[in-house]
Amino acid sequence: MSTVLFDTPGPKARARNNILTIIGGVVILALTGLVLWKLWQEGEFEASLWEDLAQPNIWSAYWQGILSTLKVAASAIVLAVAFGFLFAVARLSDHLWIAVPARIIIEFFRAIPVLLLIIFIFYGFGEYIGDYWSLVFALTLYNGSVLAEVFRAGINAVPRGQSEAAYAVGMRKSQVMRLVLLPQAVTIMLPAIISQCVIVLKDTALGLIISYRDLVAEAQGIAEFVNHNIVPLAIAAVMFVVINYSLSRVAVTVERLTARRGRTSAKKVDESSEAALAQSSGD
Amino acid sequence: MDTLINEWDQIRNGFAVTLWLFLFSGIISTALGTVLAAFRVSPVGSLRAFGTSYVNVVRNTPLVLVLALSIAIIPVLGFANLGFSIGVRSFTTFFTVAMLGLSVYTAAFVCEAVRSGVNSVSSGQAEAARSVGMSFVQSLRLVVLPQAFRAVIPPLTSIYIALAKNTSVVAIFGVPDAAYVMRKLSNQFTSDLWAIFIGFAIGYVVIVLVISAVSTLIERKMAVAR
Repeated sequence: MSTVLFDTPGPKARARNNILTIIGGVVILALTGLVLWKLWQEGEFEASLWEDLAQPNIWSAYWQGILSTLKVAASAIVLAVAFGFLFAVARLSDHLWIAVPARIIIEFFRAIPVLLLIIFIFYGFGEYIGDYWSLVFALTLYNGSVLAEVFRAGINAVPRGQSEAAYAVGMRKSQVMRLVLLPQAVTIMLPAIISQCVIVLKDTALGLIISYRDLVAEAQGIAEFVNHNIVPLAIAAVMFVVINYSLSRVAVTVERLTARRGRTSAKKVDESSEAALAQSSGD
Repeated sequence: MDTLINEWDQIRNGFAVTLWLFLFSGIISTALGTVLAAFRVSPVGSLRAFGTSYVNVVRNTPLVLVLALSIAIIPVLGFANLGFSIGVRSFTTFFTVAMLGLSVYTAAFVCEAVRSGVNSVSSGQAEAARSVGMSFVQSLRLVVLPQAFRAVIPPLTSIYIALAKNTSVVAIFGVPDAAYVMRKLSNQFTSDLWAIFIGFAIGYVVIVLVISAVSTLIERKMAVAR
């Protein structure tokens, strides 16, 4: 393995690396052990906690939490994809009176924290639409705007020759978009949409500020019930990691499949969705 | 509109907390993320495994949960008093804990940006440096890192913008930042909701614009003719 930083290791370097691996492993294990030991000493893992956690109603509460998180995320991502398509096409419009407002809306919702949107929609319209739709709409506006930019990049990534050829055979603008550009853009954008699902899933947890009972809220309720904070919250974290990690694996697989089939003439925006994930900035 | 003017002091204090959070978390997460990136590109297996699992776990956990866990864990570990002060400004233990949670979260993203920056330098560059007789440290300092730094600025900028927006999440736990003040005012002065929302939104937009302007400036300074 030769990288920009070092050559392929010879026997001496390999031996040194092995020793360092062992030392590093011991140090990491020791530090983790120290933290766990301290938590154990403070009674965070005591037997009564596990007895409490073993009750079936605890697990049905977690299950309710997962369901309501997935429900919000699913509604939000469907609406966000629709919003994103609409605004991506609007931003690419030749009519300035459509393109400019679309651009302003996209940039505005991308620049403000989702939490601000949640608070605003909840206090403004919450009494009519409830906490569920307040959360869904806030997530839709933010993620839809992010997706609009992703779609725009995807549409622009389709080579010019494609639309020129379509115009040459006499298609109208809407036909070119609908029949030639969008189908090719969707194929290349699918991994990005799935990666955005991970962000939506994580952002559902912000519903906490308007007391929406999602997975994190349920975990906090359980923490209060069993009188210990760390373990119930950590269980919720594990659930999130499992769901989101599998989703990002799906994104990578989809990416590989579409690349192999060669269903699009669009060049890739990123080298892989691994890179797209790496570039995700933590919104 | 009246609310924004009457409650100006609160609003200013809220944005001050937001900016301090951004500043401290930005510095700590950059340092931590760079160390993690060094782990991930090192030839030492155990460090690489640690870096990879850190990134995969933290990146897939909601920030809310990261903050809730830091608030739960840090005091139990025996850090009861983490308050500190700089000049006349003092920061509570709660502020520090929230700031550390934000840093832990953001570090995972910084790590990935730095790693992809280092990987974007083609290995021919380092090979050329070594073939003219540079040592490992020299090739790193004179050839690889300057190029990696340039490649890292755009992704780092979006990470800092995300961080500035993410500071708002601490409001859920009662740290009195801008989002917290906004929620309080929205609750108190419901009739002025639109003005409050637009006012606070503009505040965040200004922060985001300043960050991207600074980044563009640095990028232009660092640009080289290729």
